[in-house]
Amino acid sequence: MSGDPVIRVRGLRTAFGSHVVHDDLDLDLRRGEILGVVGGSGTGKSVLLRAIVGLEATQAGSIEVLGRQIGALSGDDRRALEQRWGVMFQDGALFSALTVRENVEVPLRAVPSLTDAQREGLAELKVSMAGLPWKANADFPADLSGGMRKRAGLARALALDPEILFLDEPTAGLDPIGATAFDRLIVTLRDALNLSVFLVTHDLDTLHACCDRVAVLAERRVLTTGTMADMLTVDHPWVHEYFHGPRARAATGKE
Amino acid sequence: MTTGDASLSNLSVTPSDNGVMLSGDLVVWTLGALAPVSPSARIDLSGLSRLDTAGAWDLVARRAAGADLVGLSAGHARLLDTVAEALPLRKADPAPDPRWRRLLVATGARVVGALRYLAQLAEYLGRVLAALARGLRRPSRFPMTSLVHHAQQTGLRAVPIVAVMSFLIGVVLAYQGSDQLRQFGAEVFVVDLIAISILRELGILLTAIVVAGRTASALTASIGSMKMRQEIDAMRTLGLDPDMVLILPRVLALVVMLPILGLISALSGLIGGAVMSWVELGISPAVFLARLADISVTHAIVGLLKAPVFALIIGVIGCHAGMQVGKDAESLGRMTSSAVVSAIFAVIIADAAFSIFFAQVGL
Repeated sequence: MSGDPVIRVRGLRTAFGSHVVHDDLDLDLRRGEILGVVGGSGTGKSVLLRAIVGLEATQAGSIEVLGRQIGALSGDDRRALEQRWGVMFQDGALFSALTVRENVEVPLRAVPSLTDAQREGLAELKVSMAGLPWKANADFPADLSGGMRKRAGLARALALDPEILFLDEPTAGLDPIGATAFDRLIVTLRDALNLSVFLVTHDLDTLHACCDRVAVLAERRVLTTGTMADMLTVDHPWVHEYFHGPRARAATGKE
Repeated sequence: MTTGDASLSNLSVTPSDNGVMLSGDLVVWTLGALAPVSPSARIDLSGLSRLDTAGAWDLVARRAAGADLVGLSAGHARLLDTVAEALPLRKADPAPDPRWRRLLVATGARVVGALRYLAQLAEYLGRVLAALARGLRRPSRFPMTSLVHHAQQTGLRAVPIVAVMSFLIGVVLAYQGSDQLRQFGAEVFVVDLIAISILRELGILLTAIVVAGRTASALTASIGSMKMRQEIDAMRTLGLDPDMVLILPRVLALVVMLPILGLISALSGLIGGAVMSWVELGISPAVFLARLADISVTHAIVGLLKAPVFALIIGVIGCHAGMQVGKDAESLGRMTSSAVVSAIFAVIIADAAFSIFFAQVGL
């Protein structure tokens, strides 16, 4: 749980026109930890995720992933880095023209030495590790429920055994049983594959079940980071409201 | 411990007594290097530094095939167990049917599909007529505003393209016709040629094809995107009847507007023919008009009689395709293009049927 951070964000500033989303934002993701990123709607949680994986242009600051500066990379270096992380988008973002197995095979096609049979076998393994039944392999994304699409998106994110896993609202829209199973799956995969997980969520249960640390986004920066226990002692109105509200009490099981 | 980067991983396979010794990284990038090793060989893994799920998957398969894995570290053994546990349970595929049987099944499925499609079109036609009857019984419920809006969309907006197209068809007919007829010295019959072909067939058929391309796609796209976003389900729960609110005004607007468009098309085709006859053959507009007056009016009636039927075909096919759209954007695109193709095809089939029918009744 210690050592050098795999993601180091310093002084990040992102803005859309005159609307500043982040200003002077610092954040670390340590190797092997699950970091939950929370914040009110519109505080730029997803924008931060997109900025780190290079989908969003930044105005200032540095983002370092696995020791490499995002933005300074080009061509092959960037592709090599992209193969060391996996991103699961909110609704899976599966390619609708491909079956689930073919979706998972897409990143595996970057590996030149794999035979077709190996690629299929590995894709089916990832689908099964993500908790989908074998017959889901042949289904198209439109045939799947929301929870299954998320799992298929997770399988695709895990295809190349990444070091860092980005999850955008992994449990949003799932029923409590499905969400709990997904939380457990994330922890299991982290333990088995030694992942570092960057998890954007609204779900207090997920924060309790998975996250080693929590980072709270507010006022355009990371207001505070710490364990769930630390969060309860933070003296900021929004953080207090968030972690002491009725839903938070239900999630911690305290009165 | 890093994984995933092709340039950072290397695996060396050295033969040892009755097996091989691996050292380095057994990851997805280096899996190919292990491929030539016999599946049941003894594998010494004590020199292995990195192992990922792909490597573990390969080792699990080898262990199942009888390979002896030695020197596995505790961490790697755990990963192997995790992968072995997660291995998908393949269900054996049933033996494929013989070729003739598959061919027969596919043919039968296509035939049943086509018949079912026809039945569904008949159902939609019935729904349009039922909605029309309900609307006439209770005029307050009749979607008048919507009807006018769609009449403007499918009718008025199509006037320029229909008029220009028919004008040019008239020009082409006059030019080609005069060229042929001149050989017999029968140039003046070019008026009959233009008038009969445009009034009876080309004017309305080409208009219907343009409208099928323009409107059938628009109908499918608008109804389909509503279907995709569950707006139609919402309508049903709010007590609004989609047949009445969505389908009736669209189909009815087509039925009202297509004959008008057909008339515009016929007029503009005749004007095009007259202009070309004047330029090419020196037939003055007055002579053209005089010849035109001799042509039986039944040709124009036959042409315009077909218009409402074509309109019904286009409207019903477009709306039906829109209601078949599923939850994904891909089905919207598929249904839109299939609606256009089906509508044009159906219009041409109907035109052929009309030709036979009118020939039989002697019109």
